[in-house]
Amino acid sequence: MHFLANPARFLRIAKPATGWLLWIGLVLAVAGMAAGLNLTPPDYLQGETVRILYVHVPAAWLGMAGWAGIAAAAVSQLVWRHPLSAIAGRAIAPAGATFAAVCLATGSIWGRPTWGTWWEWDGRLTSMLILLFLYLGYIGLAAAEKERDGEGRLAAIFGLAGAINLPVIHYSVLWWRTLHQGQSIGVTGSSIDGAILWPLPLTMLGFTAVFASVVLMRMRAELAEAKVEARLRRAASE
Amino acid sequence: MSPWAFVVAAYAVAVIAVAALVLWACGSMRRAEAAADEISRR
Repeated sequence: MHFLANPARFLRIAKPATGWLLWIGLVLAVAGMAAGLNLTPPDYLQGETVRILYVHVPAAWLGMAGWAGIAAAAVSQLVWRHPLSAIAGRAIAPAGATFAAVCLATGSIWGRPTWGTWWEWDGRLTSMLILLFLYLGYIGLAAAEKERDGEGRLAAIFGLAGAINLPVIHYSVLWWRTLHQGQSIGVTGSSIDGAILWPLPLTMLGFTAVFASVVLMRMRAELAEAKVEARLRRAASE
Repeated sequence: MSPWAFVVAAYAVAVIAVAALVLWACGSMRRAEAAADEISRR
């Protein structure tokens, strides 16, 4: 991480990586979604709607992983004052917010035929909605700090404080057993049958690569904007 | 209502949202880098 803290060194790696990650991600995500729609059997209980799994689970993972990334960037900013940390946090936020919103929307669409309702103030659903609001708050706060030429310390503290919500989301299905099912995919294995599960790693990897590519694009945009701003300031002072 | 209607709706939401995110990020990066290149050339 320290190695990448230098913007010039970062750009040397980020420029080729952006395109590779995007195309590999799109291919894997499309392959996984096509396989999920055509090559897997319907679930014995949920029927065809189980196929929503292949977009809902990656969206949930990336919504949460995005905030973990913001928290890591915040630690790096507050402890080591890495010049790219605040930029990384601001770059992650729109992608994380998008995936958190997709998770909520696809979950709601899945809930209607499965639970008979679009929405329920269940622990998992509510904590995920809070995550979306945290993202929106972070985006607003970071933009306001950037506009006032701040270092982004407030946004970093907000990012760290918001990370408290991540274990709440993860354990919500154990703490409050209401509508959302318990954990079915863990580090050691899954309770989902292999015939249904196999396209999921494709969409997980694919959307993760697309997410990483979007973050790199936003970081490159911010670095280019900073370069223009610095040149304009220098020209104005001469 | 057919279960496929829900499946198609969920996939449409995911694909449209991710496509919009990628297009926005790509567009903003290209515009910013073009402006930076332009100012460097000057």
